[in-house]
Amino acid sequence: MADTVKKRITDIGPPHYEKFLPPIIKENYGRWKYHEIPRPGVIVHTSDTGAKLYTVRAASPRLLSTAKIRKFAELAEKYSDGYLRFTSRHNVEFLLTDPSKIDPLIQELEAIGHPVGGTGNAISSMVHTQGWIHCHSSATDASGVVKAVMDELIDYFKTMKLPAKIRLALACCLNMCGAVHCSDIAILGIHTRPPKVNHELLPKVCEIPNVVASCPTAAIRPSTFQGKPSVEVEEEKCMYCANCYTVCPAMPLNNPETDGISIWVGGKVSNARTEPMFSKLAVPYLPNNPPRWPEVVQTVKKIVEIWAANAHKHERVGEWIERIGWPKFFKLTGIEFTKQHIDDFKHAGLTYKTSVHLTY
Amino acid sequence: MSEQMKKYETPLLDELEKGQWPSFVKEIKAAAEWNPMANDLLGLLERSYREKIGHWKHGGIVGVMGYGGGVIGRYTDLPEEFPHVSHFHTMRINQPAGWFYTAEALRTLADIWDRHGSGLTNFHGSTGDIIFLGTRTEELEPTFEELTQAGFDLGGSGSDIRTPSCCCGMARCEWACYDTMKLTYFLTQHYQDEIHRPAFPYKFKIKCSGCPNDCVASVARADFSIIGTWRDEIQIDQEMVREYAKNGVDINKEIVALCPGKCIEWDGNTLKIDNSSCRHCMHCINVMPKALAPGKDRGAAILLGSKAPIVEGAILSSVIVPFVKLDDEDSYNDIVELIDAILEPWIEEGKNRERIGEFVQRVGLGNFLEAIGLDPQPEMIKHPRTNPYVFYENYLEEE
Repeated sequence: MADTVKKRITDIGPPHYEKFLPPIIKENYGRWKYHEIPRPGVIVHTSDTGAKLYTVRAASPRLLSTAKIRKFAELAEKYSDGYLRFTSRHNVEFLLTDPSKIDPLIQELEAIGHPVGGTGNAISSMVHTQGWIHCHSSATDASGVVKAVMDELIDYFKTMKLPAKIRLALACCLNMCGAVHCSDIAILGIHTRPPKVNHELLPKVCEIPNVVASCPTAAIRPSTFQGKPSVEVEEEKCMYCANCYTVCPAMPLNNPETDGISIWVGGKVSNARTEPMFSKLAVPYLPNNPPRWPEVVQTVKKIVEIWAANAHKHERVGEWIERIGWPKFFKLTGIEFTKQHIDDFKHAGLTYKTSVHLTY
Repeated sequence: MSEQMKKYETPLLDELEKGQWPSFVKEIKAAAEWNPMANDLLGLLERSYREKIGHWKHGGIVGVMGYGGGVIGRYTDLPEEFPHVSHFHTMRINQPAGWFYTAEALRTLADIWDRHGSGLTNFHGSTGDIIFLGTRTEELEPTFEELTQAGFDLGGSGSDIRTPSCCCGMARCEWACYDTMKLTYFLTQHYQDEIHRPAFPYKFKIKCSGCPNDCVASVARADFSIIGTWRDEIQIDQEMVREYAKNGVDINKEIVALCPGKCIEWDGNTLKIDNSSCRHCMHCINVMPKALAPGKDRGAAILLGSKAPIVEGAILSSVIVPFVKLDDEDSYNDIVELIDAILEPWIEEGKNRERIGEFVQRVGLGNFLEAIGLDPQPEMIKHPRTNPYVFYENYLEEE
């Protein structure tokens, strides 16, 4: 029947957020006065009316089944009047008005495998990408590396004993859907070999001028292969960024033997004390070693623990390294300094040391 | 889904069910109990773990009618062995601002996805959307219809305005210097066409942070970064400062010495701040949230251009508007006007896959400011140029 045909709806945007705010937030919107963290994973916000909101923060793997979504919904109904939220680092937060429900909620969350923590001077959940679960260009998996690293560092999620907060993130290739380039410690999947041009496929699926223009180092030029238009790669100019592969499926770089992981340190986005900074290269290459990536886990753990043992209070990883200097960072961590640590891309000269402010 | 599902042995993935951190493998297995797509994903992922390589083909253009964005096409390169992930497209669903939900809304989303997809999600994707992970082309339109009936819509993907996102702002933070959720909702609604129909040289991301702590990393992850700040005096409760000192905060060491503007003094009784030198870094406020608060004359600074490395290297956003009030509809419309002014020269002259930050560096910030009608201000730079290679174009007009 014509009158039952629903009109196709488009461009309505997301639902208005007010529909999802608990009454205590609507009543105190813009009126919060201060917050306290009485224990790891619990934040208490107090409003100028005296109202108190208790947030319980739990870890999440980001990848959730609909069954787990329903479980969170059930917990929200049981403990926080049906309201909850997620954080920018994929944690789940329950918004309680009754402090007597905090303990039973934490017990239930821990029982279903979602530890509570990630507040204050802790390691919060890792921002990360899709990896082998969904991506065509990944140089490593994402969820598996995160799981292995966080299993090892779980104690720092559940406590607040570090000198400052520390933000870990993972991106499985240089596209950085996870935008890890300003993290205290970034784990970055890398390719280490030039693309292999599929000359049969290329003229059918790629626009050659786009492929040529995509290369940041001008390593790609038009050519012909067996009379058909294609491209050739000047391999010594290639730094394996995979931008050509993004615009052209006929230039794959993925390689199970030579893909791997690099580790970057000292970035931050907050303006607290020092300005936001990029992460810098600490370890150029570690092998892909699933399912638990022990080399990556141990390197990250070592950096966290040496920072924790040496940093001043409130000092983020980048601030600590700026104070002690990079030579001392490499010495303390035992990480080998190599030619690859020295920048050779644009503006590389700005990273050379131009003083004798050196420590011996 | 009554057919008998293949049972995959997953010895490598099983290792990732161990340990205290929540296991994504358990989540996939939970969905794989009843969903053939999740089941084949499990088998395919085990294969990747064994072979150390992904098994996804380069995307493809799929979507819902009339939209160019919001769906990422994905196909496995092993469709014979894993037929239920021969298509495994992702849908990006525009999250509610601040990522707040009711239990009812979450169940509605879960129900829709159980009917049409893999039973697997991300809460949330890196840009902020709810991610529905994996479905077939023919399920896209029915999923979209149910989503819109439930009041949800797709987010951005490709060369469009990506789904704007924000911190929880005034909903649950005393430091919010403007209403991040309200502005994000306003901009998202205003730019529906630009979010859903890619027409730019490349992506354009907008992120709203309520204070300089920048919890949504807008300075690193957004082309257009709106970061809350204030321009009057930090509010001080001296009694509470003394309380912090009494409870173990070493104010000289932890606050005074770490202040980047060197504008704080503490004599053991009174905290004095020379606000004219305050850099609004938040450190002192972060350490003593019960004693200090941002001032009352609040607004935001606007920065432009951040991005990850691809193509020309990573860039942090840089200041284009040092301070703007954001407390009424007019001020929101001014933001829209500024965004439109920024988009215009970039759409016109930007190269394929050139982000706005790269475009500005190519044409020069000075020229770009001229094109969008902003005056150069010293707040926009770290320092003036150090080279004498200065252009004087005036003579061209004089001749």
